[in-house]
Amino acid sequence: MSSHRVTLDINGEPHSLDVTATQTLLDALRWQLDLTGTKKCCAEGECGACTVLLDGLAVNSCLVLATELHGASVTTIEGIGTPSSLSRLQDAFLAEGAVQCGFCIPGMVMAAHALLADQPHPDAATIRDRLSGNLCRCAGYPRILRAVQLASSQADE
Amino acid sequence: MAMLAEPRYHSPEVLDEVFTDLEHFGPSGLPFAGGTDVVVGLRKGKLAPRVMVDLKRVADLAQGIEVNDTWLRIGALTTLSRLVAHPDVRSHFPALVEAANTVGSIQIRNRATLAGNICNASPAADTAPALLAYHARIALVSRHGIRQMPVADFVLGPRRTALRAGEVVNGIDLPLDGGVAGSSFTRLTRRRGVDLATVSVCAVVDRRGTHIAYGAVAPRPFVLTDNAGVLADPHADPAARKALLTGFAAHASPISDLRGSREYRQAMVITCSERALQTAITRRHRP
Ligand code: FES
Ligand code: FES
Repeated sequence: MSSHRVTLDINGEPHSLDVTATQTLLDALRWQLDLTGTKKCCAEGECGACTVLLDGLAVNSCLVLATELHGASVTTIEGIGTPSSLSRLQDAFLAEGAVQCGFCIPGMVMAAHALLADQPHPDAATIRDRLSGNLCRCAGYPRILRAVQLASSQADE
Repeated sequence: MAMLAEPRYHSPEVLDEVFTDLEHFGPSGLPFAGGTDVVVGLRKGKLAPRVMVDLKRVADLAQGIEVNDTWLRIGALTTLSRLVAHPDVRSHFPALVEAANTVGSIQIRNRATLAGNICNASPAADTAPALLAYHARIALVSRHGIRQMPVADFVLGPRRTALRAGEVVNGIDLPLDGGVAGSSFTRLTRRRGVDLATVSVCAVVDRRGTHIAYGAVAPRPFVLTDNAGVLADPHADPAARKALLTGFAAHASPISDLRGSREYRQAMVITCSERALQTAITRRHRP
């Protein structure tokens, strides 16, 4: 089986990975790097649980091949905050009680993070639209919306 | 269970290497750009190439969006996110923006390309009706040079295009000579948010006529034109307009699937075309 050496930046650290041609970024993160905050669910671009930032843009890591990423920069949920120092957005999710089972939350946070980096004060319709690729099976959408609004309102403080 | 052989991955830097790969591997060479459909196809075993040819680093493939007096050219590697953010695309081709914005989610649009959406040739591809109604042309490049054809002739049927062996898409051109136009894209889905279209329609009213293009209701998207001015006339007899649109809808041959029955789709083709046309006319006459 032919393998490819890929050098890329993950959460600001350089990494070299040996991957096969069809291995996804998601599987490389979870199985090779032990970055299990990025969740695997549908593995076909429907649910957003696997959302990461690729060169600053939100993408489904289940639809990106690791081989495509030579020289790229990837940010996962582990690069956004740590348990002892959560990001403002993660704090807002907790403050609004937006986390139920939690499975969709890393993807939600990554999608919301990309949105707020792009537009610090989005309206509700924009937030809904930009999170429409992220499914929450606990259906906590209203609280997730409020969490993003809360983080957005704190953005200038 | 036999393991499928892992393909090789190539990331050529010039077109010449792409052509060499495609010549060497023939139909088992798979060129791709955003990969959002390809990765799913690989995973489900629907695609089993021997080599995957990543086009994203090919320096001599048109990368961005170029505008001159008569054309707007969308390079083969342009993602849907970049397409919908481009000011000239937004002002001249709003229905393409509306259509592209319905493809998947933002996560998908950040990767997927317009050219890839067309090459994938899904009967439900949302961008296809918009490209057809705007009379877009696709440029294909091979070792023998570039040839062009209307996007309407390029998509032949489900998963089938006019792409020849050894050829890749260079770009998609949209004409800027239609005069003041009004256009609109309408689609029907089972739910709001991310879903494939049950019916999609794009209407464009320009000085050449009124062009109505249909997606998801036939093996391939198609476009029909009214040159008599009936559809473009905001004061036309509604019965005459409806008769024309009903005649257009007779070209549809929808199937029944989990998104809707044949009969439902057939009825909704007319409704969607009325809505798209009305919005296009309103936009055209907006001061
Ligand atoms: S796991 Fe990637 S979108 Fe669902
Ligand atoms: S919190 Fe359970 S899936 Fe969203």
